[in-house]
Amino acid sequence: MIKRIVIFLVLAMLAIIFLNLAANYSEKTSLSPLGHYYAEQGPAELGAANLVTAVVVTYRGLDTLGEVTVLFISAAGVGLLLRRTRRKEDDEDLEKGDRAEETAGTHKPASEIVETATQLLLPMVILFGIYVFLNGHLSPGGGFQGGAIIASGTMFLLLALPESHISRLMIAMTESLSGFSYVVIGVLGVLLAGGFLDNRIMGLGTYGNLFSAGAIPLIYVFVGLKVGFELSAVLDRFRKEDTGPL
Amino acid sequence: MSILADMQISLVVLCSGLGLILIGLWGILTQRNIIRMIVGFSLLDTGIHMVMVSIGYVTGGTAPIINDAVPMAEAASRIVDPVPSALVLTAIVIGLGVTAVMLSFAVRMYRERKTLMIDEFTESRW
Repeated sequence: MIKRIVIFLVLAMLAIIFLNLAANYSEKTSLSPLGHYYAEQGPAELGAANLVTAVVVTYRGLDTLGEVTVLFISAAGVGLLLRRTRRKEDDEDLEKGDRAEETAGTHKPASEIVETATQLLLPMVILFGIYVFLNGHLSPGGGFQGGAIIASGTMFLLLALPESHISRLMIAMTESLSGFSYVVIGVLGVLLAGGFLDNRIMGLGTYGNLFSAGAIPLIYVFVGLKVGFELSAVLDRFRKEDTGPL
Repeated sequence: MSILADMQISLVVLCSGLGLILIGLWGILTQRNIIRMIVGFSLLDTGIHMVMVSIGYVTGGTAPIINDAVPMAEAASRIVDPVPSALVLTAIVIGLGVTAVMLSFAVRMYRERKTLMIDEFTESRW
């Protein structure tokens, strides 16, 4: 009972703070100085049409590297937590019953319509993901969004054809290689241009073209691949039947 | 209708975000089912994102993407602040990672005890 009152009091006080916040809120009519600087200098300096991408990949590139690292750690944590450890002898029977119960639902294969639709749509979903991360510097989108779309393709595959096998080795290799290349590009920025993750290690190209904005598309390709494969690995881990290591 | 039309659009988003934060916190604090607590966390997360986006809004602004619709020369006066958008992009990804880890904890707990109610886990009680 006391707990409930405390919870209610905490929420009520927060609500009062929020009410004050909302009551005194007035919409901004001009950009903040930092936003203004990015809007004025960003396009000329980095050649990226999408200013959010310019901020995410270059101006705050180190944050994005940290973000990718956090995602990697959480994927590793999910892998560690959902690993099926070999249990003791007396647990074997329970384990067996458990497995039988879990696989009972997947015995019925997907219908032909679902199977055909998956084969038809899956390449398109993945292609769309690639399109989104390749055009991250020109249009809404980018590495994380494209990666999420690719992972949704994996989700699609796992839902429609639960028996399908996804190579963990391939996922691990692609993920590590793209993460490594991302850091290498960052270090190249220190050596060849203004600083870590500077995108001007390559020519800026024609403004608004696909091959423009220096290394931003390249970085987003690596981020997209890394995020896509990482999230696919997470989804694969959540499957009922663990297919074992790699 | 006229009240809605006069309301600043970012204020609507701000209030919804603050409301979502409160609902999410309520869920985290009162629910005993771990899946519901995770749902509460997701609501809290989304609420924070909405608040951040609404703070970056500039009256009459459009997406911070320079193209035919927003020429480079007018960019500074016509776009919304790109910084909060970039921060929210980061926050969404981190939130996703945290949710994935929490869900795997839930799966693990269910495997151990065959229940999702946290009351069953008395040994980790404080």
